[in-house]
Amino acid sequence: MQHTISVIVENDFGVLSRVATLFSGRGFNIESLSVAPTNEDGLSRMTIVTRGDAQILEQINKQLNKLIDVLKVLDFSDGSAIERELALIKVSAEDDARAEVLRVVDIFRAKIIDVTPKSYTIEATGNPLKIDAILDLLRPLGLKEVVRTGSVAIGRGAKGWNG
Amino acid sequence: MKMNGAKIMLECLKKEGVDTVFGYPGGTVINLYDALFDFKEIRHILPRHEQAGTHAADGYARATGRVGVAIATSGPGATNTVTGIATAYMDSIPMVIITGQVPTALIGNDAFQEVDIIGITRPCTKHSFLIRDVKDIALTMKKAFYIARSGRPGPVLVDFPKDVQMAQGEFHYPETVDIRGYKPNLSGHPRQVEKAMAMILDSRRPVMYVGGGAVLGDAAEPVTLLARKLSLPVTTTLMGLGSFPESDDLSLGMLGMHGAYCANMAMTHSDLIIAIGARFDDRVTGKLSTFAPHAKIIHIDVDPTSIKKNVRVDLPIVGDVKDVLTKMIQQADKSNGKISEFVAALSPWHDDISGWKEKHPLSYKQSSTIIKPQFVIQKLRELSDEDAIISTDVGQHQMWTAQFFKFNKPRTLLTSGGLGTMGFGLPSAMGAQAAFPNRQVITICGDGGIQMNIQEMATLVQNRLPVKIVILNNNFLGMVRQWQELFFDKRYSSTCMELPIDYIKLADAYGAKGFLASKPGDVESVIKQGFEEKGPVIMEFKIAREEKVLPMVPAGASLNEMVLNA
Ligand SMILES: Cc1ncc(C[n+]2csc(CCOP(=O)(O)OP(=O)(O)O)c2C)c(N)n1
Ligand SMILES: [Mg+2]
Repeated sequence: MQHTISVIVENDFGVLSRVATLFSGRGFNIESLSVAPTNEDGLSRMTIVTRGDAQILEQINKQLNKLIDVLKVLDFSDGSAIERELALIKVSAEDDARAEVLRVVDIFRAKIIDVTPKSYTIEATGNPLKIDAILDLLRPLGLKEVVRTGSVAIGRGAKGWNG
Repeated sequence: MKMNGAKIMLECLKKEGVDTVFGYPGGTVINLYDALFDFKEIRHILPRHEQAGTHAADGYARATGRVGVAIATSGPGATNTVTGIATAYMDSIPMVIITGQVPTALIGNDAFQEVDIIGITRPCTKHSFLIRDVKDIALTMKKAFYIARSGRPGPVLVDFPKDVQMAQGEFHYPETVDIRGYKPNLSGHPRQVEKAMAMILDSRRPVMYVGGGAVLGDAAEPVTLLARKLSLPVTTTLMGLGSFPESDDLSLGMLGMHGAYCANMAMTHSDLIIAIGARFDDRVTGKLSTFAPHAKIIHIDVDPTSIKKNVRVDLPIVGDVKDVLTKMIQQADKSNGKISEFVAALSPWHDDISGWKEKHPLSYKQSSTIIKPQFVIQKLRELSDEDAIISTDVGQHQMWTAQFFKFNKPRTLLTSGGLGTMGFGLPSAMGAQAAFPNRQVITICGDGGIQMNIQEMATLVQNRLPVKIVILNNNFLGMVRQWQELFFDKRYSSTCMELPIDYIKLADAYGAKGFLASKPGDVESVIKQGFEEKGPVIMEFKIAREEKVLPMVPAGASLNEMVLNA
């Protein structure tokens, strides 16, 4: 099963490897990971998407909580969060294909951010499933390069992570 | 007043109440050692190997409950501490390890004697710090000691680059420390405590299962009070030995792979297990699917990650074990009316337990011609001081000590339970003796493990640390040989030590005394002579070579499938 968890951490050196070690030490693959500073001083937020047994994930959550540099672990496995991802997609597009690319971009409310006679570069955001879908449609046209940020997630409702 | 970073570090140690450190000098700690040269408040003990220095700091911590401190230089000095750090980590021992590091400007350049010791030790430390600025030393050390000793204790590594040791700064030690990501939950929830008491009063076949957390959390007293108040049978893990007096009728002794028959049978038939600072390790549970099939489980631990890690738990109580047990005793006092009725209802259970105790007590076949190791352990108990501190190495002798010594007080057994580190016995005893110069400190070792840190004989003699070294010599890596005998068709691959060593001469070479017992009649007199010596002593006992540790639950078998005599 897929799980999305957010981890609020001190922005210290070594935090990333401590967190990563917890996953690798249990043979859990991290499918995506994004890290960036938050609005609070000295704090960063990691969003981790992983797959695995719920019981092991509960252990990992506890172990994450135990790390000195971790302030909070938010488990969004229950779908209680809004998830978004950004992708930059370079697709080859010549002749007839150019119109097809533009149609797909339009349907997905994506943006063209770079153009050459032979290619388009597209910026797409949305739920990771939506990114998968646009990639599926563009693939037959010739994907040249894809960069995905990995999910970021935020809880629904008025409350922030610390109330 | 301005001083250099090295001096600031020592002032920090003094503020933390450190009176003894175990360390080994080198290029990147030479400034620290220069400051130590006239810093009289701290006693520095020079081991002969950094691994031993780290085990000594660990032994000091286990015996006193205070934070042990070890120092090593960068590179090989630091890597030599890794086994010691991992040993402490697995048994949750509070330690601070200070390693020298190459100057900050060179870090990452493969400088001479540079290793990423923080990276190397990340999986076996509770936390670690790299000090980059002389201004950060005091706060870092305050945090390091606080993290090492609070919550579930553990080793903390502080990497201390040479240029930071040399830089000038002011010394101000912070009074308090606040780490926003680290707030151990120490106070047990009162409602959980109430529920626990209700579950206990409902049970008819309860067992208290007590682990190292009770020793680390200084909870031997409330463990004993609660057990006696409610007449609860108590079994301990290897690490929990001493948290409940084995002389008490309620004691079942140690459980698990080499545990007592009655302890393993009690666990298997129990309807309620009250786990206290224990972690259901595989050496204790045997085959998980058949472990304690009828029991509900109450699990008390300061570390929430210990709970539900290996077994299902019906009632978790997160908190300091002493706090939780004290609340449970208060709760029991409130239910006083029901207690006599409860205790009376336990009588069939106590009868079952007495039956198991009588059926298969821990025993061995005595011999008049050859020394039985169990006999040596019993004699050691008989002839040693009541408050003697015993450390062990790892192997058969460790298990015989656990089975036959009979520990009645906490912090009197120092043993590497989690990692099972051969070479731990002698240096950990050295650390305990440095902490308690006037108590009897005995290390019980095998002929294999003693060789792993034998060089510390020199440290003992030099520092007048009168550790009594007992070698149970079977000329085998006995524990492995036992497995080869039972499970590998007696194919003794590389477990026979072949070369006999003259331990008397060896003791003599270091300037210590050695005594040899080769027949049962020598045992008592050798122990007496050894104990009478003022200095460190080796007492060698040539024991029955193929004696086995029994009973034994084979790996992967259920707790009640014990091999009693093979
Ligand atoms: C550092 C280390 N290496 C290997 C082992 C594996 N091991 C466990 S017990 C043992 C035999 C120990 O022999 P000895 O010290 O003579 O003790 P005995 O079992 O004979 O009492 C070995 C090799 C270990 N626990 N630690
Ligand atoms: Mg041996």
